Amino acid sequence: MMANLPEDAGKAAIADKGWWKANQWLILRRLTQLSILALFLVGPYMGYWIIKGNLTSSLVLEVLPLTDPYILLQSFIAGHEIVSTALIGAVIVTVFYLLLGGRVYCSWLCPINFVTDAADWLRRRLHIKGGARFSSKTRYWILLMTLLVAAITTSIAWEIVNPVSIVHRGIIFGSGFAVMVVVAIFIFDLLISRKGWCGHLCPVGAFYSLLGHYSPLRVSASKREQCDDCMDCFMVCPEEQVIKPALKGESKGIGPVIMDMNCTNCGRCIDVCAKDVFTYSNRFNNSTLLNVANKKEVAP
Amino acid sequence: MNAQSKQMNPSRRRFMQETARTVCGVSLLGLGLGVYSRQTHSLPATALRPPGVKSEEEFLSACIRCGLCVRDCPYDILKLSTFSDEVALGTPFFIARKIPCEMCEDIPCVKACPTSALDHNLTSIDDARMGLAVIVDQETCLNYQGLRCDVCHRVCPLINKAITLEPRHNQRSGKHTIFIPVVHSDSCTGCGVCERACVLEEAAIKVLPINLAKGEIGKHYRLGWEEKEKAGKSLVTPDEEHKYNLPEGLKYEHAGEGLMKEPGK
Repeated sequence: MMANLPEDAGKAAIADKGWWKANQWLILRRLTQLSILALFLVGPYMGYWIIKGNLTSSLVLEVLPLTDPYILLQSFIAGHEIVSTALIGAVIVTVFYLLLGGRVYCSWLCPINFVTDAADWLRRRLHIKGGARFSSKTRYWILLMTLLVAAITTSIAWEIVNPVSIVHRGIIFGSGFAVMVVVAIFIFDLLISRKGWCGHLCPVGAFYSLLGHYSPLRVSASKREQCDDCMDCFMVCPEEQVIKPALKGESKGIGPVIMDMNCTNCGRCIDVCAKDVFTYSNRFNNSTLLNVANKKEVAP
Repeated sequence: MNAQSKQMNPSRRRFMQETARTVCGVSLLGLGLGVYSRQTHSLPATALRPPGVKSEEEFLSACIRCGLCVRDCPYDILKLSTFSDEVALGTPFFIARKIPCEMCEDIPCVKACPTSALDHNLTSIDDARMGLAVIVDQETCLNYQGLRCDVCHRVCPLINKAITLEPRHNQRSGKHTIFIPVVHSDSCTGCGVCERACVLEEAAIKVLPINLAKGEIGKHYRLGWEEKEKAGKSLVTPDEEHKYNLPEGLKYEHAGEGLMKEPGK
């Protein structure tokens, strides 16, 4: 079978599985993102303080502290002593992402995700090709750079330019400049670099990638033998390089679970696959025994 | 070593080139970020930090810009800075002339801070040092002109401690008293209520960052009268009394009488 056109990604799945099955994780993800944003907003706008603060640190129902471990790490490197409230909050958040996958932060929570997903969607429809290319490792260098700058300037320097927190804070505390940051990121991803921000440069995502390196919850190409090479999953995946080893690695003895720490667990591949190749699974379900068994049968 | 072994494997070469390019690009970005962040370390003199901030330098390593202090301020005084504010982006501040700190006794903003960027050891609001009030213009301050405005003194939450009125002779009228408002740095919390209340078009009393507002006497300076009090006696050898070579029968009276006849002569 020939690969589908980029703008047609997901159409086959809608035809075969119905609209809901072909979009369910996307819809659930958008609902989650919007609900979390709404929970932050009912406080300032309606006076019900369910979550107070913003993504860098918040207080849930006046008791449960949640703190972004990345910003706390920067603060520590900048020379500030970490106190218990922030530490407890950071431990809770860390444990959460250790279990569910670090990049869940990116795909299920981060407000910039709307922007870069929209840019990628439009890019596919407008057939925009090419643009600046960065190594997807660039983000780790930027992550290292933010920590070094924190140490040298003894301040949490990255926060004065971090689009993630600028936009989230802008929405919740009201700042028009957040709109300009959103537009800048959108244009960057649309015209300058494909999947440029979230997939290549963002150090917040890089931090959470590292955090989720060993997380148990994974997407698995468990029925990879059914793949018909339509390429729809590659088109929609925000980190397309993560799919290939799992999907096409059977002959090399690689298991079906997507083990790459950059996988955001967004589940969009599960949606768009008309052949139901993908499913949420766990890292321990990565046996290649079937493969081995087949080989044994062949061997004698 | 022959030429062949010097040549690098092409894929290794490409890898090295790409890595070098990335590292150089990111370093430049980091340089820019570092320089930009140093600039934001200078806080405009009108922007005051919430209670419990020891120094701007320390604060910028500790404040994670969550805004919980802003949320727990019962008077909506604190604001998180945006790009138009010239204050490090996303950090809390207030402008005294617009809305000063009400000095809540339970200091909710400090309690709300998850990182102790607002120092949790601050338990009495009277110990807060958000800035220091200064009469910046004696030429327009009404009290300096001999009028009884007194507003800054009367609104001060620490009246007669942080601001006192010191009487001086009014030389213009020759018969009145000028009550000069004097700010005492050992009590002033820098809440800014005086600046807000100043009746002038532009306040003559302003709360400034302490490092701008405060002078500092050289460490080697000793004030004689203070040393005398501490020691219980003068530490300086008294001057030898001046001897006048006067005609017989005359003496010099030091208390003001001057040259006079010795009594009984």
